[in-house]
Amino acid sequence: MAGRVLLIEDEPNIAEAIRFILSREGCEVLVESDGAKALDRVAEARPDLVILDLMLPGMSGLEILGALRADSETRELKILMLTAKGQGRDREAAERAGVSAFMAKPFANAEMRAQVRALLEG
Amino acid sequence: MPFNLLVLICLVYVIFLFLVAFVVESRAARGRLGFLRSPVIYTLSLSIYCTAWTFYGAVGYAARSGLEFLTIYLGPTLVFVGWWLVLRKLVRIGRQQRVTSIADLISSRFGKSNLLGVVVTLIAVIAATPYIALQLQSITLSFSVFARNTPEAWLVPGHADIALWVAGGLAVFTILFGTRNLDAKEQHHGIVTAIAVEAVVKLVALLAVGSFVVWGLAGGIGPMIDHIGTAEVPGWTFQSDRWVGLIALSAAAVISLPRMFQVMVVENIDESHLARASWAFPLYLFAMSLFILPIAVIGLERMPEGTNPDMLVLTLPLAEGQGALAMLAFLGGFSSATSMVIVETIALATMISNNLVMPLWLRLRPAAALSGDLRGGVLLTRRLAIAGVLALGFLYYRISGGSAALAAIGLIAFAGMAQFLPAMLGGIFWRGGTKIGALAGLVTGSAIWAYTLFLPSFGVDAVIPAQVFSEGLFGLGWLRPRALFGTEGMDPLVHSVFWSLSLNVIAFTLGSVLTFPDPVERIQGVAFVNAFDREAQAERLGWSHGQAEPEALLSLAQRILGEEALTFFEAQARAQGKEGFLPDLTPEFLAEAERKLAGSVGAATAHAMISQLFGRATVTVEDLMAVANETAQIMEYSAKLEAKQLELTRTARQLREVNDKLTQLSVQKDAFLSQISHELRTPMTSIRAFSEILTEGDLPPGMVADSGRIIHSEAVRLTRLLDDLLDLSVLESGTVQLNLELAHLGRMLDRAVQAASQTRPERSFEIRRDEMAEELHLMTDADRLVQVFINLISNARKYCDADPGLLRIVVRQKAGRVTVDFIDNGKGIPKEAQRLIFEKFARMTDQMRAGGAGLGLAIVREIMVNLGGTISYLPGQKGAAFRVTLPLRLEKPAAKSARAAAL
Repeated sequence: MAGRVLLIEDEPNIAEAIRFILSREGCEVLVESDGAKALDRVAEARPDLVILDLMLPGMSGLEILGALRADSETRELKILMLTAKGQGRDREAAERAGVSAFMAKPFANAEMRAQVRALLEG
Repeated sequence: MPFNLLVLICLVYVIFLFLVAFVVESRAARGRLGFLRSPVIYTLSLSIYCTAWTFYGAVGYAARSGLEFLTIYLGPTLVFVGWWLVLRKLVRIGRQQRVTSIADLISSRFGKSNLLGVVVTLIAVIAATPYIALQLQSITLSFSVFARNTPEAWLVPGHADIALWVAGGLAVFTILFGTRNLDAKEQHHGIVTAIAVEAVVKLVALLAVGSFVVWGLAGGIGPMIDHIGTAEVPGWTFQSDRWVGLIALSAAAVISLPRMFQVMVVENIDESHLARASWAFPLYLFAMSLFILPIAVIGLERMPEGTNPDMLVLTLPLAEGQGALAMLAFLGGFSSATSMVIVETIALATMISNNLVMPLWLRLRPAAALSGDLRGGVLLTRRLAIAGVLALGFLYYRISGGSAALAAIGLIAFAGMAQFLPAMLGGIFWRGGTKIGALAGLVTGSAIWAYTLFLPSFGVDAVIPAQVFSEGLFGLGWLRPRALFGTEGMDPLVHSVFWSLSLNVIAFTLGSVLTFPDPVERIQGVAFVNAFDREAQAERLGWSHGQAEPEALLSLAQRILGEEALTFFEAQARAQGKEGFLPDLTPEFLAEAERKLAGSVGAATAHAMISQLFGRATVTVEDLMAVANETAQIMEYSAKLEAKQLELTRTARQLREVNDKLTQLSVQKDAFLSQISHELRTPMTSIRAFSEILTEGDLPPGMVADSGRIIHSEAVRLTRLLDDLLDLSVLESGTVQLNLELAHLGRMLDRAVQAASQTRPERSFEIRRDEMAEELHLMTDADRLVQVFINLISNARKYCDADPGLLRIVVRQKAGRVTVDFIDNGKGIPKEAQRLIFEKFARMTDQMRAGGAGLGLAIVREIMVNLGGTISYLPGQKGAAFRVTLPLRLEKPAAKSARAAAL
């Protein structure tokens, strides 16, 4: 499983967990904790996949998602949305905004791996 | 002819009349008036004017005084020919105001005065008494005349006995006829028809006797005129004062006699009948008077000296051997007398019960009016009144000796009844007439009539001592009953009529001018005087007067009842057997409709509506007053409704507010739950991820230790979050247990600073305090307050971005309250966030989450509420600044009320 993954997550421990899991699978994992810097980071790192937390300081995950989908450069970018809120509403909103996949916290590591693989290979 | 046979014939005749009345009555009850609606019946019933006095007395009158008898016919003729002037208005008012008698008319016109009703009733009863006596006398005479020349003459009872029997019989007859049931309009269709039959009988009888006299005895019209021309009667002188007086008197009488009023106004069912009667009734009178003079002349010629001229109609055929004709004449006279007595007593009984007894009874026993049916009482009163009136007549007959000429007695009654005329005419033509005026006129006029005519009629020395006749009352010469104010040499009748009516009119006018009518009088005055205007107005307004159709009632009912009206009409039509059509406007149906409407608009209004619609009567003052009352009640009711409406609106607004608040709370709760979910899932995510990493094995060096550390710290975070949530819920619910004690502020701050030093212990952070100011003892929950302090100090340690950090703790004391300010030297909190920082999970930045879950300040705020104090952000300081305010002495844990106040 090769590919560059940009993880936008403000919880350092969760970011560290995901980074470790995916790195071990062969991914290059970049971490950004500030929502406001996320878009710059995407433009600069040109990832194959963005894992996006819904609740972020600075700019919310939904806002970032909308901005990415509005930009022709990133319209087709694979985006996996993560949320700890776990409510149907958030999932629906994310799907409407054009998310590629959706995953609730807490997740099983195997599930994370499978999801990322599917996105990177699909 | 045998006396018994005579009595039998009379009985058969009476039974026949009774049957006529009965049949008509029952047809009328079924709403089939048929021929009764004919003006012929109305005209014939007016012939009640011609009593036994006219039948027998007119001939006697002619025999004594020549053509003067004609005055008795000329007066009514004038009145009827000029019907447009007075009669039409009387009839119209009678119907509009539902007038049931003269007493009713006068009392109603003058403000529904009970007193006037009583006075009129008394005068009517007194004045009618001689008139009824006259009928008794004429019947008695006719009986004795008939029986005189029979073999059984010795069996015939004395005059007084006959009169008694006649009076008793008439009383029974009238009670049977007139009080079988009660009619609200006081109409008696049966009796009216029976009277019409009697009118025919008496006319036929008189014409028959007259024809016999002219053609049978005189030998034709020509010879008859010769007979009259040669007849010389000493009394036959033309007295112009008597003529004028008598014409005026009889004209007045035809209007004001109770029985005339009864048939003319009360029993009138169609105003147009009056127009027919205006020429037909004079014609009847003409026919009745046609043969009076011939009978008188031939009678005087042929009958022996000393024959009672009043009985010539009877004695002449008898003397000529015409038994059958005599019998017919007898029945004619009998008819005249009975019809008069029946109607007169009924009219008087109506007055006595309606204007005398019932008001009195209702005043004495007001409960009776409410408790229901007065029918029994009214009927009994009427029956007793009929008997009483006849008893009075009989008494007058006995006292006056039964000797006076019939005409003289009749004229006394006429003069008495004429006293009503000023009040009646004044009432319907002059709006200025007042109750006092009417009362003054009536009392004055009738007193003079009684003094100058009625009482003297009993005979000199009978009631009024002879001395008064010759020297005047109290010896005052100008008060002599036959020569008032020194007017000697006048005919007694003319004298009495002149003075009584003149003074009556003067008293009425003066009394009216000098007094002011009360509002009811005023309104009634307008209603009576402007009777025609009112109808014209009503017609303009679209009420089809007097001939409303069911459609009109239906449209009225629909406007008020809506759909229900149609259902009601259908049901009523079904009940009448007219399914699919509109119901007939029977009285029952109208009453039912009125009840139905009353349910919606009130009884008085409903009555007024139906009355207007059917022209039965225009709205009376009482109706109007009742309507006003109802309106007032409705207005009061709607004011209440309005108040209720306001209250409802207010309640609705409160409900809406509460609802909004609840919705807001619900949204807040959802947001809160969502937050909690997030706050719980976040550490759990780390814990799960790293514990799975640990179980997966094959880890780089140090990873196991790192994972264990992370799992531990996230578990601690989770625990703290749960602790905070529990703490908050306890604080918010107000069920927190406070341990009040006297605590030293400085030492509490020491504890807090000590505890907070665990937060970012690595950084250099100075806390500047004023130990002098902190020398304070507070009555409070020390642990809770320390918790607040710890929170604020560690927040400062955590978030103050200055290096080195500085926190100043400033204590002030003022008016029983203590303020503790915590001011750091950082950037402070952005203005837009200051409002939010005390809300749950209101974290500013990533940096702010350094350990708490965002509940710290929310908990602080709740603690301060529980401690009876506040916490607020102090804007305008250099750095972040919080002010804690609390009472020096917390008297009691007033958490709940404090919370309520804070919200």
